[in-house]
Amino acid sequence: MDETPDTVVNFENIGLRYGTDPEVLRDVSFTLFPGSFYFLTGASGAGKTSLLKLLYLAQRPSRGVIRMFGKDMITLPRGDLPDFRRRIGVVFQDFRLVEHMTAFDNVALPLRISGVSEASLTRPVSEMLDWVGLSHRAQAYPTTLSGGEQQRVAIARAVIARPDVLVADEPTGNVDPEMALKLLRLFEALNRLGTTVVVATHDVHLLKKVPDSLIMRLDNGKLSDPTGALRYPPKRTSGKAQGKGQGKGAGSRS
Amino acid sequence: MKPSPFSDEKFASDLDEFSGERAANLIPNARVSGPIPWVIAIMIALTVMAAAGAMAVSNLAARANADLSGAVTVQIVEANPDTRRQSAERAAALLGEDAAVQSIRLVPQEELNAMLEPWLGQMAEGEAVPIPALIDVELNEAASEAEIARLQGVLDLSVPGARVDAQSSWLQPVYSALASLQYLALVLIILLAITSAAAVWLAARSAFTTHRETIEIVHHLGGTDQQIARVFQKTVGIDAAIGSGLGLILGMLGVYFIGSQFSALESGMIDGGGLAFWQWILIILIPLFGVGMAVLTARFTVIRALERML
Repeated sequence: MDETPDTVVNFENIGLRYGTDPEVLRDVSFTLFPGSFYFLTGASGAGKTSLLKLLYLAQRPSRGVIRMFGKDMITLPRGDLPDFRRRIGVVFQDFRLVEHMTAFDNVALPLRISGVSEASLTRPVSEMLDWVGLSHRAQAYPTTLSGGEQQRVAIARAVIARPDVLVADEPTGNVDPEMALKLLRLFEALNRLGTTVVVATHDVHLLKKVPDSLIMRLDNGKLSDPTGALRYPPKRTSGKAQGKGQGKGAGSRS
Repeated sequence: MKPSPFSDEKFASDLDEFSGERAANLIPNARVSGPIPWVIAIMIALTVMAAAGAMAVSNLAARANADLSGAVTVQIVEANPDTRRQSAERAAALLGEDAAVQSIRLVPQEELNAMLEPWLGQMAEGEAVPIPALIDVELNEAASEAEIARLQGVLDLSVPGARVDAQSSWLQPVYSALASLQYLALVLIILLAITSAAAVWLAARSAFTTHRETIEIVHHLGGTDQQIARVFQKTVGIDAAIGSGLGLILGMLGVYFIGSQFSALESGMIDGGGLAFWQWILIILIPLFGVGMAVLTARFTVIRALERML
């Protein structure tokens, strides 16, 4: 079945192993709804980054089924992936800024790739840099930016095109609490516009900052939902996502 | 403070292609690889010289063939000078009446003596070495084997000892040698093309490895293989254009130098080796072909490398 328009992401019995190593993700099943805000927690090495890689289509699972935006990602031809990737914003844990591009050009890159004209992108990119407090560093290169500044550029780049899904791997790891809160507000603002947000973090204080957020927890490659949120309809969905894909029981074995 | 930096509308309209100047910055420093323009310049220069040489040789052979295709030599082999002269005159008269013959010229004995003088030295007529009489005959059509046989038949009846030969048959070994030179040039051009493509392939692969991190980021942001390949194509295209232009100049200088050296020989053997207008056009097309080949090679290399990524 390809058409499940009321869910954004649906993982079924996903397993992932690198080479012949043991599985880093085991029997992971969950459903993400449009306009929901999720935190993905777990200790280092629990598989958070691997799960996020599957979410932003940088990796195919070893087994299981992934549906995104109503399409089966496992059988999707490779040539069709860019269209889906443009709907997913990613904040990488190591920022992954293009070093020979200025902060402005890094933030503008998703828009340029999507074909937005120079005239149309200047204002939104400048405003986004202003929002993350970097308007004065717009022409700076990543190597001259501090870790926190690089992280803010990476976040600005991830959200500038208003993706349908935002995937962020430890997005507040290098910023002070005040900026962390501001960045969370940015994610919330995007979330209110209908973007499904998935933030991987091991900062438990962060979880309390977003009301009605849902928590997924990875333990040694298996998913659990300590708040029970994945088993019940989320409160923050846009209202059209109820009832489908519920009761999967995150982390349950098939 | 604004509640959020997001405008009300998504970027759905006013779309531009991610190419040209906008995409060029994807790979830093514009140049893919320093030595590539020089490698291509050398390859194009050699190709231009090989192609010009091949075409000059081809022209030479065609010209000689055209000159000699209707040319026939009649030899009268007779020891007695008087009989030989009478036979030659009789043969010339017979050939002069033949409809297939355009013109005849009985080569004077003095001219024959002069031609043989370097080998036989000064000699008076009637000396110990009898020299055949020669009649230079130009036919209306090419001297085919059948025509040669017919003329031989005509002469056999009344001029015993006359022997008819097509002049072009004497030059057959020369034609074969010229053809070999052309094949050699063709093989050289093919090898140069393969070597150039290999150099571009190595450079593009190296550039791809160097910029793999950037390419992966662009991929994750939704960049397509075509968008990334176009950036490489453009960079390699510029490198190849610079190298090809330089190679054309170097090659033309080489052709001019070799041409002027041969012209100085003033030998009838190399008359007609000059290139026609369309052949010069072909030579000018070589660098364009080189640029096209380099761009396609870069595209093929990068697309293949990208296909190995998810």
